[in-house]
Parts: sequence; C-alpha cells; structure tokens
Amino acid sequence: MDMELEEYLRPPEIAMVPYPAKMITLATGAKLIVRQAGRDDVPILLEAIKPTLLVARDYYDIVGVRLYAELLGWQRYRVRDEFCLIGQIDGLLVGIVNSRMYSPQLGISFHTLAIERGLRIGAHLFAAKMEHHIEHLGQEEVLITAESPIGFRRWMIEYNLEKRDGQHELGGAAPYALTKELYYANKERLVAGERPVLPELMQVAEKEIIVASEEDILEKIMGVKRRVIQ
Amino acid sequence: MRPVVVSGVGMIPFERRDEDSLVDMLAMAGLKAMDDAGAGDRPVGAVYVGNMASGLFNHQVSVASALVDRLNLFPAAADRIENGPASGGSAIKNGFLAVASGFYDAVLVVGGEKMREVIGPKATDIVACMTHPQAEYIYGVTLPAMAGMFTHLYMEKYGVTRKHLAHVSIKNQDNGLLNPYAHIQMKITMEGILTHPQAHINNPVVAEPLHLYDCCPVSDGAAAVLLTSLEMANELKRPDVQIVGIGQATDTHTLQERADPTDLKAVTIASQQAFGMAGIQPEDIHVAELHDAFTILEIAESEHAGFFPKGQGAKAVARGETRIGGKLPINPSGGLKARGHPVGATGVAQIVELVWQLRGEAGERQVKDAVNGFSLNFGGFGNNVLAFVLRREA
Repeated sequence: MDMELEEYLRPPEIAMVPYPAKMITLATGAKLIVRQAGRDDVPILLEAIKPTLLVARDYYDIVGVRLYAELLGWQRYRVRDEFCLIGQIDGLLVGIVNSRMYSPQLGISFHTLAIERGLRIGAHLFAAKMEHHIEHLGQEEVLITAESPIGFRRWMIEYNLEKRDGQHELGGAAPYALTKELYYANKERLVAGERPVLPELMQVAEKEIIVASEEDILEKIMGVKRRVIQ
Repeated sequence: MRPVVVSGVGMIPFERRDEDSLVDMLAMAGLKAMDDAGAGDRPVGAVYVGNMASGLFNHQVSVASALVDRLNLFPAAADRIENGPASGGSAIKNGFLAVASGFYDAVLVVGGEKMREVIGPKATDIVACMTHPQAEYIYGVTLPAMAGMFTHLYMEKYGVTRKHLAHVSIKNQDNGLLNPYAHIQMKITMEGILTHPQAHINNPVVAEPLHLYDCCPVSDGAAAVLLTSLEMANELKRPDVQIVGIGQATDTHTLQERADPTDLKAVTIASQQAFGMAGIQPEDIHVAELHDAFTILEIAESEHAGFFPKGQGAKAVARGETRIGGKLPINPSGGLKARGHPVGATGVAQIVELVWQLRGEAGERQVKDAVNGFSLNFGGFGNNVLAFVLRREA
C-alpha cells in the first residue's frame, strides 16, 4: 500500500465517544445485547449480510448491498465518521445498524438490517442508533430516509419525523429529521435498554459474534416455515 | 336431514404468501382436502368459497368460479359466501345444508383470504368496512378500536386484567409453536410482554387496553374440507367425523344499540343451538377452537358459549385450564392469535383443526381422547356468529 497516497484517500475523522453497551429484554424474555462493533468485526458482519444480497423481499437486497458497501468502506477507511452497532442474543448476531456524523451537529442515518424478525429488533437497534447520535455524540439532529415500507412505517411514522427539503446522502426518498426534541419526546415510548449489561452476558457477546448459517438467515428474513408439514 | 361427514381436510400454512394468488391458495387447500379424503374422480356437486373481501384486497371477485376452473371440477356449482370474518363458517354451514338435504353428495368448502397484498393500515380499513357506515365507520372505528372499548367494559364488569389477556397470548403462542401451519411460531413471556418495566416498547398499544400481543396477525392463507354423505364417506373409508351441531345467530349491527355491549347474545344463542342440535352440553366438549381475533374475545366467548360462568373465563385461563392437557383445551391450533386470521379462511381452519384433533392426527398439540369438538366463528363484532359441534363417531 502506498501510504503517501493513502493519506490523501483516507478521510479525516471526528473523534467519537464509544457507545455504551446495553441490554434489552425482548418479548420472548431473551436479552438483546446492543453494542458497538469495531473495524475488526467487519469481516464477520459481511458474512452475515451476504445471504441478504439477493433477497428482494422487503428490500433486503438493496439494504444488504448498501450496508455491505458502507461497512467495507468504513473498514478500509473510505467512509468518513461512520459507526456501527450490532445486536446479539447469546452471542448470535441478530441485527446491524450503521450511521455517520456529517458534522458535530448533524448525523446521517444509513441502514438498519434485522436478521431475526418479529421481535422489533430492527426497531430497537434503530432506536439505539438515534440514542448514540443524540445522547452520546451530542448531535442536534439526524437525517433519515427509508428504502422499504417497513422502514418508512418504523421511522417516519413511529417517530413522527420532520420532513426536510434537499437530499439525504443515500439519495432516494425525501429526508426526514429526528431532532433532539423529537428524540426525547419519543424516548420513553421507543428507546429501550438497561445499563450496565450483566457481565456474564457481555462476556458471551464479546467472546464471539456468531453468525447463523446462510440457510437460517434466509429462513428468518423470508419467513419460510421451519417445521415440516404433517 | 341425513348425516354429514367431514371426509377430507386440508390447509396451507398461514403466513405472508407473496408468491401465491388467492386462487392459488384456495386450490392448494382444496386439493389437499380432496387428497385427504381419497375422493379420486368422484364428482363434487358444489364448491363453496368463504371469502370476505377479495375484491378489495386482491381486485378479484367470482373466486368460487375461478376455483372450479382451476381444479377442473366442472360442472360443479360454485358460490362465494361472504359473512365478514365468519365467511368460512357460513360456507361450512351452507355446505352442510347442501349435503344434509340430499341435494349434493359431496361439497368442497374452501375458505381463504389474501390480506398481505395491501399494507397493514389498508387491511385494517378493509376489515372495518363491516362496521356501520354512518354510525361507526365514518367516526374512524376499526375492529381493534371496537375490541378495545369492549375490553374496557369487560374489565370493569368482570375484573379482567391485562395479565389475564397476556395469559391468553402466551398460551396461544405456545400452542402455535406446536402447529406447523401457524403464522406466528414464537414463544413469548409474561416478562417480555407485560411485567418488565420496558415491556410496553416490545408490546405497544394498539387500542387501549389492547396491545400488540393481544391482537391476531394479518395473514394470507386457505383451508378446506370435503363434506360428504355418510354413504360416500363409507366408500372413502376415512375416519368418521361428523358435523352434529350447527348454530347461527345475529345481533345489532352497532354495538351502541345493545342493552349491554358486553353481552354477546349471538354467541350464546348460536352455541345453544349447536349444543341442542348435537344433544350435548358444553361440559361434554373435549376441545374448542374459539375466535380470538383479540385476546378478550377468547375469554368472553368461552363464557358466552357456556364453558365457564360469566367472569370466570379469565380465571380459568390463568389457572391453565384451557391449555392442552387442561380441563378444556381452547385453541390448541394457536387460534387466530398464533395460527393467524386470513378472515375468510378462519372458520374453515377451525373445522380442519377439530377434525385433526378428533381423528388423533394433531401431532404434538393433540388433545388426548377428544371425541366432541366445538368451534365458534365470530362475524362482525358479534353480530353474525356461527357455532359448530363435531363428533368422532365410534
């Protein structure tokens, strides 16, 4: 690698405080651990995203392809000021979200990918992402867009986001904004989590990011029946 | 009237079925029922399709004719029967009458709905078309809203709590885990949906006091039965499960016109008719499939059908009496709550489940030694209700 040239290609970075991990009790009673992923975790996250790349259902393909590229770009220093949060249950990776700081005041929400469905895992991870932007990074607002009807319903409608002029970095639909005021107005209703995470749960989560088999991931995201019909 | 035997049953998994049209689903379920009966090339006199709103959900009507064509059952008579969420039950009743009267020897009854073709709020709006246009719908009333108001009244009158409702959700989702046809196959816990300080985020309000896990999912699906005369059934040599009791009753269109909105008179009357025709009492029933579109309905119906005194249904659920293995297992299929509720399919799916139970073919969710089964299909908000008693003959 030509480091002299690399210096020009790598974007500058804004210092970001780390996201403090939390645990969320799901409807099943399981504990979802939400924590920050590092660049070293990206290869395993890409493995989890790969099965989604050709799944048109609910726009998993578009979200998967773009998330794959964004994480790869972050790992190899081609995306500026990005962060990634992951959700794990007993070590198993069940969802990924990413985002970036456009400036110290403005955040840009990128993508939300739920691998386990039907438990609001995507919603919990999205909420964690907003929590990080507003509460920990101290930003004034986050620009959000949606590529799927589920995303539109979850973000724009559940948070009653403010529509904005202009474009989101992802292109596509109009951008909407989660302001600090909107975040705190919705926090009690939509943002879950307890801290600190029980040490034994954190240990399991940090020990290994377990990725389900490709077959399992496809079953989960496509809602294929898991049991043999009698 | 001559005896009517449920000679064949079939259904397809209830879920979101993007790849199948409504007629595809009806055909798959219908074929399964005919295969199950071993009917071969025996002629089917009529095909009745229970369906609520294919014109609105799928922009297709005359689905019974389309089904006859798809299954090559010419020249069978074909009718689509609509009675809101009790369309399936009404189709079964009409099939029963056609065979019992001697008009036909074999009738294929299929119930189906493809609801996921539209987004959730649109599906809720389409279902709300059954409410009174001037007295209810224009004010924005939906079925969840009605159920929410009903729940408030029921809680006030009988001391039902959200914990009682959660017991219904948990039981039915546990049962759904045992049913490969169930839309929802996920265990939930009291902590996760009610008692944890943040459970309201997992289980948000839909229509106070009903929350997400108090409501059935929006599903696609179809179920079918082949009803035959006893003579044909004897030729087919399938287990002899007969429809021995049917009741149907109506009530006012609007809830506000009822002297006591918590009194589900149509449920009581339809159930009494069905028990009377069968010559048995509620305590003779071994397994029941009730219409739990909302958790409160399972409790209220279990009381109005006569299984528990008023105000005792919730307590029976909490004591585990309605679990598989309990005094009266209710909704071993998972009910509408977990099996799903493709509205036109539900009444037929309830009969399919009872037949499996009475034949001893219900797998892990089998109710031991079940002989008499009961189902209740609840149309509108209790303004057109059907009840059935099925019996396995010796």
